Amino acid sequence: MSKPVIATTSLAGCFGCHMSLLDIDERILKLIELVEFNKSPVDDIKTFTKAVDIGLIEGGCCNSENVEVLKSFRKNCKILVSVGECAIMGGLPALRNGIPIEECLHEAYVGGPTVQLNKDGIMPNDDELPMLLDRVYPCHEIVKIDYYLPGCPPSADLIWEAVVALVTGDPMKLPYEVVKFD
Amino acid sequence: MKNTVNQIVEKYGSDPTRLMDILIDIQESAGYISKEAIGLLSQLLHMSQVDIEQTITFYHFFSSKPQGKYAVYLNNSPVAYMFGREAIKETLEKETGIKFGEVTADGLIGLYDTACIGMNDQEPAAIINNKIFTRLTPYRIREIVKHMREGKDMDELRNESYGDGKNNLPSLRSMVSSNIRRKGMILSDDYNSGTVTREILPKISPEAVIAEIKHSHMRGRGGAGFPTGLKWEFCRRAKGDKHYVICNADEGEPGTFKDRVILTEKPELVFEGMALAGYAIGGDEGILYLRYEYRYMKNYLYGVLQQMRDNGLLGKSISGIEGFDFDIRIQFGAGAYVCGEESALLESLEGKRGEPRDKPPFPVEKGYLGQPSIINNVETFATAVRIIQNGGEWFTQFGTDDSTGTKILSISGDCMFPGVYEVNWGFNVEDMLDMVGAYEVQAVQVGGPSGTLIGPAEFHRTLGYSDLSTGGSMIIFGKQRNLLKDVVVNFMEFFIDESCGSCSTCRNMTQVMNNKLKKILSGKGVEADLIDLKTWSKTLNASRCGLGQTAANPIVSSLKNFPHLYNELIQKDKEFDEGFDMEKSVQAACTFVGRVPNFNHH
Amino acid sequence: MSDLIKFKIDGVECMAESGKYIVEAAADNGIFIPTLCNMKGVKPKGACRICTVRINGRLMTSCTTPVTDGMEIESHSEDIQELRKSIVELLFVSGNHFCPACEKSGNCELQALGYLYQMMVPRFPYEFPLKPVDAKSAKIIKDQNRCIFCKRCIKTIKDEEGRSYFAFRNRGHKLEVVLDEEMGNKIDDATAQLAMENCPVGSILVKEKGFTVPIGKRKYDKAPIGSEIKL
Repeated sequence: MSKPVIATTSLAGCFGCHMSLLDIDERILKLIELVEFNKSPVDDIKTFTKAVDIGLIEGGCCNSENVEVLKSFRKNCKILVSVGECAIMGGLPALRNGIPIEECLHEAYVGGPTVQLNKDGIMPNDDELPMLLDRVYPCHEIVKIDYYLPGCPPSADLIWEAVVALVTGDPMKLPYEVVKFD
Repeated sequence: MKNTVNQIVEKYGSDPTRLMDILIDIQESAGYISKEAIGLLSQLLHMSQVDIEQTITFYHFFSSKPQGKYAVYLNNSPVAYMFGREAIKETLEKETGIKFGEVTADGLIGLYDTACIGMNDQEPAAIINNKIFTRLTPYRIREIVKHMREGKDMDELRNESYGDGKNNLPSLRSMVSSNIRRKGMILSDDYNSGTVTREILPKISPEAVIAEIKHSHMRGRGGAGFPTGLKWEFCRRAKGDKHYVICNADEGEPGTFKDRVILTEKPELVFEGMALAGYAIGGDEGILYLRYEYRYMKNYLYGVLQQMRDNGLLGKSISGIEGFDFDIRIQFGAGAYVCGEESALLESLEGKRGEPRDKPPFPVEKGYLGQPSIINNVETFATAVRIIQNGGEWFTQFGTDDSTGTKILSISGDCMFPGVYEVNWGFNVEDMLDMVGAYEVQAVQVGGPSGTLIGPAEFHRTLGYSDLSTGGSMIIFGKQRNLLKDVVVNFMEFFIDESCGSCSTCRNMTQVMNNKLKKILSGKGVEADLIDLKTWSKTLNASRCGLGQTAANPIVSSLKNFPHLYNELIQKDKEFDEGFDMEKSVQAACTFVGRVPNFNHH
Repeated sequence: MSDLIKFKIDGVECMAESGKYIVEAAADNGIFIPTLCNMKGVKPKGACRICTVRINGRLMTSCTTPVTDGMEIESHSEDIQELRKSIVELLFVSGNHFCPACEKSGNCELQALGYLYQMMVPRFPYEFPLKPVDAKSAKIIKDQNRCIFCKRCIKTIKDEEGRSYFAFRNRGHKLEVVLDEEMGNKIDDATAQLAMENCPVGSILVKEKGFTVPIGKRKYDKAPIGSEIKL
């Protein structure tokens, strides 16, 4: 029987959740025994090359590209897991939610205190760039998400426990210290 | 300014529990409550400014900025829309050049939305500077705006004849119609004011009064249906320095207007009932808590009270009974539906935000100012007089076993003869619809938004505490109406607006559920949304007061009785849709940076 | 003591002085009923509804209901737990609770209840309301994004004359808890500190203070809220 396949991505996130995944230390060897990685920054596979069992999503959706990637994960993965606060509730990028996008863009490119060299007030508008969404969306407000791992980042133990449980079908152990929102 | 505020505060004995009166007087004298006035009040009443502001900002009719020389409050209940509110609103905006919520640059006219003002049988209606304007048309609006611009006074603004019944009286001069369509023991003209006080009370003890009320099996007419005799008995037995009789005339349930009619046509009966209750519970002070929407009755009701004092029906040793002293004052609210909840009403009476109290203790033990108090509906007091006049046994012949007596219904919406009908309890909905000339009926909202929305399959049901319980609001919707869009959303927004905000449940869940309803209405709904609505609504049961507990009823009862309306809207081919719309969500950013949305790249 | 009465919580025999509020009587018997708006020694106002229990088929708040002889209280049944969890979730979605960036994280009672009920994601959509941060006072920041309207600051933070520093503003969904501008400017350090401590969440902060306790040593890092009550 072939090993279960995992894919991961970081949308509007900081890669902290991926760092936390790597934080499982020597258990990473066990992980490689247990699963095979497909599309993921971990192995640098850029596109899905086969059907995937588990997709781990870091980050919420702040632009059109995030949405496309998330939708392709939903299409190619049997199970999707929102990993970390950004995927679950938008996280820090969602601090802009509620503020009109025009104000955000103006602050970032024209009016903000760190803007120095944009006298003409040029906005990034190249057709190749992803388009900004009106707010940052939690992943489950775009596609169906099956499981959630809170934390900023979720602890390595939580990610490990969850992946093992999903792969082996064993019940998940969730000691109190493991589930945290920060 | 300083002098005015000083005088007003002194007039109410510098008593913070009279803050409502103080604020109403300031609002009416200056047109708003200024920062300066708040500062003065803070010093005079030894309260922080935010403490005063928390009362001001709770009530719809208080304002911390000028409201305009003419402040137009246009009712926004569903029935107002059914009878042309949209055209009235458009005309008002066009003629004044401002949007609702704004004041004209010259400070002359302000336009505001307001929840049901108790004129559902003569919509569209508005309150302008405390006077009621009913049956508005675009033509009349043009005329009224023109007259405002000419600086005409309020009487000149009204060129209609006055309404029917006592609305014609010089002290009332109101263009409101009472529209009494059916009379029973309360609305009938066969009772001479003071008969019970003069002829019966001298002969029977307070305990006997309570016994008679208990024997009648009358239950409260406000909607909750607590046995009146029992309430009076509990209060009489409760220990306190003073016992209070409070009449709940907040009448905020959209679609209800019968208390307005009773207070217009039979105020003596209500006041006599309050005095009777005072005699029964051993209280010498009565307070009529009257919603601010009925401010136009102020002078009229003061006149009636004075007349009753002159006639010895209020005052000291009434009917020569030693120790039977009783008088009544009127406390106005300032626009808050939740103040119809008895403990919220008490808070408001004490000059505070109308946040319901935790029970126990109940008002009969610790009510107004911590003293034992009874709070009854207008209709309950009026009914009590007829019970004592004719006996509890006589009363039980009307109505049904568990719902004795008569009920005054406020009937409005799609029918030939909207108005007030006094019927025996046990009346069924079918008969009611035939009585008012309602045809092609799609639904009836029984008991207002907090009640239930029923369809033809349930028109055989009867009005009574054990079947269709109601405080009297009956709104009829014809086949042509869009129930979800025009009625349910309107009612949900009413609850969102009127929640006091104290409970986490009612403050938030109404909004969450309304958002979901709107998602369904936008065509993005799925089957799971209907299940969510049903499940989530249960959280509201944990709210403190009746408003919170019933705040999802517009959705819950329409979902139960009109499931097809929801099923028609949801997407059958999808299990998941959270309503995300990519094109819509990139629109603003693309426009701002100057690019055309392109979805073919990534 | 002669006026001890007997009552039951989820079938467990308990004893307490008559008239004590259920939540305290339960704690005396080693049973934890979660609360947010309640504070020992302060007149309760069942605002958060977290402590809801069922008595005689009715939902009642245990912070405001006195215990009576023979009372049978249902507190840990599945549907009551679910109700509490849904209220916690409701509070999370209706404000802007960014735990990773919050000074109170680890010491926050709302977050602790999220942990207690193992909230992985709220069932309700996030509302992301736009709310202001009031930093006008020299000493205090009032962050409306995090306020849960428990009223604890309103009830407990007063000056010598008994005037409140904080009060509600508006109603319903537009409700806010605001700091009096004049009094907020004059607030002393001790009162400001107390205001921050009495706030169950991170809505009231003393300026230039925060993150004083390292992760791992904060109040709810190791043990769930209510652990101190369990016998």
